[in-house]
Amino acid sequence: MLAFIARRLMQSVIVMLVVAFIAFLVFRYVGDPLANLLSQDATMADYEEARERLGLNQPFYVQFYHFVVNALQGQFGVSYRLQQPVSQLILERLPATIELAVASSIIALVFGVFLGVYTALKQRAFSTGVIMTLSLIGVSLPTFLIGIGLIYVFAVELKWLPSFGRGEVIQIGWWRTGLLTQSGLRSLILPAITLSLFQLTLIMRLVRAEMMEVLRTDYIRFARARGLSSRAINFGHALKNTMVPVITITGLQLGSVIAFAIITETVFQWPGVGSLFVNSVAAVDVPVMAAYLVFVALVFVIINLIVDILYFIVDPRLRDGAKSGR
Amino acid sequence: MTTPVLSIRDLVVDFPFHDEVFRAVNGVSFDIMPGEVVGVVGESGAGKSMTGSAVIGLIERPGRISSGEIRLKGERIDNLSEPEKAKLRGKRIGMVFQDPLTSLNPLYTVGRQLVETIRAHLPLNEAEARQKAIDLLTEAGIPKAAERIDSYPHQFSGGMRQRVVIALAIAAEPELIIADEPTSALDVSVQAQIIKVLKKLCTNHGAAVMLITHDMGVIAQTADRLVVMHHGKVVETGTVGDIIRRPREPYTVKLIDSIPTIERKEGQIAAATPANDDSAYVQVKNLVRDFELGRGSFTKLIPGKVEMFRAVSDVSFSIPKGQTFGLVGESGSGKSTCAKMIVGLVRPSSGHITVDGHDIWAGGAGHKERRKRVQMIFQDPYASLNPRWRVKDIIAEPMRTLGLARNKTEVEHRVAELLNKVRLDPSVMRKFPHEFSGGQRQRIAIARALSSQPEFIVCDEPTSALDVSVQAQVLDLMSELQSEFGLTYLLISHNLAVVRQMSTSVGVLHNGVLVERGPTDAIFDSPQADYTRMLLDAVPDISKVA
Repeated sequence: MLAFIARRLMQSVIVMLVVAFIAFLVFRYVGDPLANLLSQDATMADYEEARERLGLNQPFYVQFYHFVVNALQGQFGVSYRLQQPVSQLILERLPATIELAVASSIIALVFGVFLGVYTALKQRAFSTGVIMTLSLIGVSLPTFLIGIGLIYVFAVELKWLPSFGRGEVIQIGWWRTGLLTQSGLRSLILPAITLSLFQLTLIMRLVRAEMMEVLRTDYIRFARARGLSSRAINFGHALKNTMVPVITITGLQLGSVIAFAIITETVFQWPGVGSLFVNSVAAVDVPVMAAYLVFVALVFVIINLIVDILYFIVDPRLRDGAKSGR
Repeated sequence: MTTPVLSIRDLVVDFPFHDEVFRAVNGVSFDIMPGEVVGVVGESGAGKSMTGSAVIGLIERPGRISSGEIRLKGERIDNLSEPEKAKLRGKRIGMVFQDPLTSLNPLYTVGRQLVETIRAHLPLNEAEARQKAIDLLTEAGIPKAAERIDSYPHQFSGGMRQRVVIALAIAAEPELIIADEPTSALDVSVQAQIIKVLKKLCTNHGAAVMLITHDMGVIAQTADRLVVMHHGKVVETGTVGDIIRRPREPYTVKLIDSIPTIERKEGQIAAATPANDDSAYVQVKNLVRDFELGRGSFTKLIPGKVEMFRAVSDVSFSIPKGQTFGLVGESGSGKSTCAKMIVGLVRPSSGHITVDGHDIWAGGAGHKERRKRVQMIFQDPYASLNPRWRVKDIIAEPMRTLGLARNKTEVEHRVAELLNKVRLDPSVMRKFPHEFSGGQRQRIAIARALSSQPEFIVCDEPTSALDVSVQAQVLDLMSELQSEFGLTYLLISHNLAVVRQMSTSVGVLHNGVLVERGPTDAIFDSPQADYTRMLLDAVPDISKVA
């Protein structure tokens, strides 16, 4: 298993290097960075001096090397728009996004798995038909429409929940959390539900399909023939066997939720990295975009690694495969 | 008179579909007495498995018991509620399924599955249940059971897994075991052991057995009484010896006649010409195939010792034109790898294969020639035909790729001719494979093999997926085609009886090594190698019923 993780880590490093290279190309060659850094009335001498100071006259590979070394230390330069270090900008906004993503993923997982198992076990029930129909709506409605709809009902008409922002936050080290105040939690509800709906329906349909497949297998029939309780069969034997594809999809979904919660964050004015990215694109803030690209890749690489390790924990057949090196 | 353990009276199982009802079991009645082993035989679709499912209460929807009754030790059980039926399962009726590879949950250890089952039925704590699990595994013949109890199912071989399955079935000391084809998925030598284990455990624990199988040989060796089923009805019941020696009903007579036996049938096959003749049509010389083990794409970059697995080791034989060479061996013996090398699908590590003097692996112009001359028939007729193609296209494909027919009418003409040859109506050429039964599909596969006008056909287990009576028809067809076209066959099979019927000479493969080779009669009547003798002894055969 260690050999397997080491191999996966190597692959991850290669992926990160490729992404870093693309980010570097964007950073270096989309427009002239100096034109953005220096003021309008800078002289040619100023340009030369800045070029020298920033190392832009060095060969291409040396510049890339510096970019990677800096990136490893968390330095992606200074935002053109906000005149702050990019890494600081991202770190400031990351907790908001992660809290939102994790909350919505938990909602999606809990309800998705539960409803998936329920609809698989009660295939003919009326309630199953209702849930399946509603899930189609969940898949087909765009996120912003759901968000606006929820704001209209719960914030504008019923005035139960706030419609935008994070509410009050508490600083713990560099992490700024909204989970410890009432207004923070209340603010989290609507965006988390909005973001989770699509994943929820996806996970539910996946669990249902997998579960129906597993319930037809011989070992489930054999478990029934041994007289095990249906609880032990459905939740012990069957559910665990549906987990491998569910883990894969949930992992990828969590990745895209962290990386691309942009629409939800925009609708709810959520101060996360998604809205930072949108604003940066509007202002052609290249260092932020490059750093964001690297950050998103890192999120996916880490999640994939975790997913691979989870496979091992779930499926013993893979453990043996890895021992023999395959 | 003692009460029978199981008593079935006029059982009817129906499957309602839209507007019609399919009657899977139609008025079946029989009894099983305590300690008795009753064999239920019949071909696929005869309703024998459905009867078993009805007894244990596991009929899949939309099937249901429409009438009749099932009594267990005198109590009626077919009308119990679902929770009451669930209490019977495992506790009073145990079940063994066909395929040990799929009947255990792959994600839990064997021990956990055993303990779970034991604790569901018996008032034992975790440690006691575990001890009982170890005892059961030992009793089922698993060596070092205390160590192996924490292994996962995939760490056991097929035969060992079936022992675990049997241990699971008898875990709560049920009065009746239903064994649904318990050995059909296993090798002959393992089959014999599993039958012994099943019989021993059932005798020790006093359980009666309902043994469902299509294999008369297994029944002949195991069962006391026999129930023959056909189209959902019981055709004949009686003691095993009586039915096999004096079958009364025409269906039973036909069924027993179609079973190949390893005993010589008179005047079937001409004597073999001496093997390894240099003038032979097909020659295989010193064939070797190695597979690399345990090397991922990444570790390959690191130099080091490569672990090799020799699947086929120095195999030589030859087949004279127009004759059949039978290659027998158990799973993993390398017989399919041999077949793939001979038809050109897997490159041999070393050695030569020549067909009519041409080296199969020489490449160049010989390549196309080989594809024309050498064809293959595969084991599973359900998987070897493209489900999206019409029969006509399936059969015509070799002609098209090899450019053997000039235009559409000629292709159609040839396809019709081939369908006639395999005793199918030419009008079926517009149908799709799923519209045919297993035997018909195998005929289509044979027609496809014949369509390039080959001289040499490699048949890899051509009948092992078929029912006995269908198997007999397909084998007859193959013999007729052989004499009509002068075909040369390489027949690969684990079924020794089939090989005996069909081949002029035989080779026995064991762990990739050809342990014995010679004329069929010589090998079957006086085997020289120990392995061959063991294999022959292990075959459950109806001729052994004295």
